[in-house]
Amino acid sequence: MARYILGRLAGLLFTFLMVSIITFSVMHAVPGGPFDESKQPLPPAAKANIMRKYGLDRPLPEQYLRYMWAVVHFDFGIPFQSPTETVTKLIARVWPVTLSLAGMVILISYTLGLLMGILAAINQNTWIDQAVTGLSTLGIAVPNFVVGVWLILIFSVKLHWLPTGGWGNFRELILPVLVYSLSPMALVARYTRVNMLESLRADYVRTARAKGLGERTIIVRHILKNALIPLITVLGPQIPNIATGSIFIEAVFRVPGLGRYFYTSATNRDYPMIMATMLLAAFLWGITFLLSDILYTFVDPRVRLTGKKSQ
Amino acid sequence: MSAPPKIVQRTLWSDATRSFSKNRLAMTGLVIVCIFLLCAVFANLIAPQPYYKSNLADNLQGPSVHHLFGTDPVGRDLLSRIIYGIRTSLLVGFSVQIFAFAVGIPLGALAGLRGGWIDFAVTRLLEVMTAFPSFLFAIFLMTVLGNGLFNVILAIGITSWIDVARLTRGQIISLREREFIMAARSYGAKDGRIILRHLLPHALPPLIIMLAIGIPNAIFAEAGLSFLGVGINDPLPSLGKMVGDSLGYISQYWYMGVFPTVTIALAMLSFNFMGDGLRDALDPTMYNL
Repeated sequence: MARYILGRLAGLLFTFLMVSIITFSVMHAVPGGPFDESKQPLPPAAKANIMRKYGLDRPLPEQYLRYMWAVVHFDFGIPFQSPTETVTKLIARVWPVTLSLAGMVILISYTLGLLMGILAAINQNTWIDQAVTGLSTLGIAVPNFVVGVWLILIFSVKLHWLPTGGWGNFRELILPVLVYSLSPMALVARYTRVNMLESLRADYVRTARAKGLGERTIIVRHILKNALIPLITVLGPQIPNIATGSIFIEAVFRVPGLGRYFYTSATNRDYPMIMATMLLAAFLWGITFLLSDILYTFVDPRVRLTGKKSQ
Repeated sequence: MSAPPKIVQRTLWSDATRSFSKNRLAMTGLVIVCIFLLCAVFANLIAPQPYYKSNLADNLQGPSVHHLFGTDPVGRDLLSRIIYGIRTSLLVGFSVQIFAFAVGIPLGALAGLRGGWIDFAVTRLLEVMTAFPSFLFAIFLMTVLGNGLFNVILAIGITSWIDVARLTRGQIISLREREFIMAARSYGAKDGRIILRHLLPHALPPLIIMLAIGIPNAIFAEAGLSFLGVGINDPLPSLGKMVGDSLGYISQYWYMGVFPTVTIALAMLSFNFMGDGLRDALDPTMYNL
């Protein structure tokens, strides 16, 4: 087990390095830079000074190594778009906005999704099942910025109940949280339903029925417990996606979170900020994936993590 | 002599066709997808106006007999722009999938069949690419490459082949030790022939399902990039960009937001219904998903 985890961590480190190299190369592969004439008209001497200040005048491999050396010391540089603070400070300032949004979304979507999936499976082929399946297809298929526009049209423009966007008070939270919850909720409901249906047909459920257990006990103790296990590996890795990927929601509802800043960093060629965000997303994804695999072995004792790859 | 009894052959494909045509939702999806395809191919015949024709005197008009879906801030007919926008969406959707399959299948097949260091390298590459936050990366690539149709296809395509390669590799590994492959090898068939004639036909059903899911995913990604303003360039219409542009006008001009969003939703839903139907028809083990 320890060997397996160490191997996975080494793989993670390799991935991390590759992500940084690819991102770094793409950033510098194309002519132009953050201090081009079109963006900031500067006399040549001043431009050269700025380039020197940020180390952009050095050869690329040296820039990369210097950057990675700093990263090892948790120094992610200074964002070009906000030079008075560090990248770490900027992320610490804007990520909590996204995180609080994501926290509410995860709470709501996972609870409701589980409930909907269970209800649909227990009442298979009834109108409840069809309603849940329909809603989850809608939530998975229709992009959230599309649903966002619809809800703004209904609740803000037509009914004047809620503001069209912003961030701060409770009324401004409702629409973004609701819209952002739809797709994870749909995913949770869909997977829960399928796993429940599979468990419902399992032999141990027949045994439980034969013993004469009550329907409620069977569903909670036997079906649900087993149906939820596979969800760990599917839904665990969704969490970092939700925590870093609210870029559409932040654009539609003008939420000043990490997604918005990533977007402005990309359009302004804010190299340090782009690198930091990409690395953060890749790191979170890798760690959550590993953690959910480890968690799986605790919940399902049949699964053992070994040094050998199963695939 | 009496005529030989008619033998009705039942193949995977005939069964799948039957099951698909009985699936009402999937058939509805198919019909709508076909309508979208017709719109895309014959956009220049169907659209009442060229997508770029603007008449400033007619700007920001609500739906009327002259402009069924209204006009945008520079007086372009929204219905025409939506019809051409469908063309853009489908063009991206199909091109990205062609790219994904052209890269993913050979890479996955080679890794699965050869094993050894090639497999090791491809597996590592897949691991790295999976960890890439693909949509963030696409946004970032677009800002580096600049807006435009070709760049959108490139930015989405560059991460789109991963799933195809992984699926092909897995399929081939599970098939390569089977007797019919050994038979082919024993009469001297080369790798290329074994992949094309023996392995791929068996791996085809899951690949078709992947294609059906991949197209709407690419359409979604294009709409998303254009919505954020890093996608298709202006005179060319994109449904996502129309939604993004509508946000600033939404409190007065509702129709600017409604028609493009409904079109995107309809496209996504019909492709998804069709994909789900295909999966039910072709993959009997996933009957209840």
